[in-house]
Amino acid sequence: MFGSAYSESPLLAQFRRLEEELDEVFGSATPWTGGIRSLPPGAFPAINVGATDEHVTVYLFAPGIDASKLDISIQQNVLTVKGEREISRDEEATYYRQERFGGEFRRVISLPDDVDPERVEASYRDGVVQISVRRREAAKPRQISIR
Amino acid sequence: MANEVKTQSASAGEGRQSLMNAAPTAAIRPSVDIFETADGITLQADMPGVSKEGLNLRVDGANLLVEGTIGIAPDEKMAARYADVRSTLYRRSFVLGNELEPERIEADLKSGVLTVRIPKRPELRPRKIEVRSS
Repeated sequence: MFGSAYSESPLLAQFRRLEEELDEVFGSATPWTGGIRSLPPGAFPAINVGATDEHVTVYLFAPGIDASKLDISIQQNVLTVKGEREISRDEEATYYRQERFGGEFRRVISLPDDVDPERVEASYRDGVVQISVRRREAAKPRQISIR
Repeated sequence: MANEVKTQSASAGEGRQSLMNAAPTAAIRPSVDIFETADGITLQADMPGVSKEGLNLRVDGANLLVEGTIGIAPDEKMAARYADVRSTLYRRSFVLGNELEPERIEADLKSGVLTVRIPKRPELRPRKIEVRSS
């Protein structure tokens, strides 16, 4: 009787399963979905990675953090981001929902082999950390002229 | 149902999988904290990537709609390599009780965290009830 009010509806659960199966099948299309360092869905912070011929850009969706306390490091092609999100909760208040993540976090992302660890830029805006790493010249597609 | 979805983010490269718009129709349900104090109810929602301009907050009767568009505009040529976030739209709605005063809602957006304060009607704030002893 109370089942539907509390648990996910069977239809939604089926969609979720379908989505997971699709990820399994098409995971190879995005090289890092099945990466050994990948975290389960819903981990904080969420990450998007995009690439052009010149840059690899990592977006970390980390709202409400103190960006100056972020610890971003890169070794070869492995990028590590460590930080903490402090959530102050009102002791006097009655909480109905506490879904937001609080505490320490750490994410490790392996970038393509051709990134240059000496040329990294990071910024923080609207709760998103953007880290841009240059790729080495050799990786860029070159036009080869026919003589 | 009022619908006024603002889409202002530049979607990158049509015809192939772009960084943010793998499934443009699906909205992300933002994580929230909701708590009540004597004066009212406070809602905090995580909406990283949303600026003040991309936020759409509206009250329709007893319904509070929280909506926001991620304003990240990646390079045109950027191809997605990995994406946890597969939409540029956040959306979630809440039903307000009639003891609240939606006319006096205050909202604040800072570093991707939205804070909404909904005050209670003064006559409905808790009163201490004196017990008289005879």
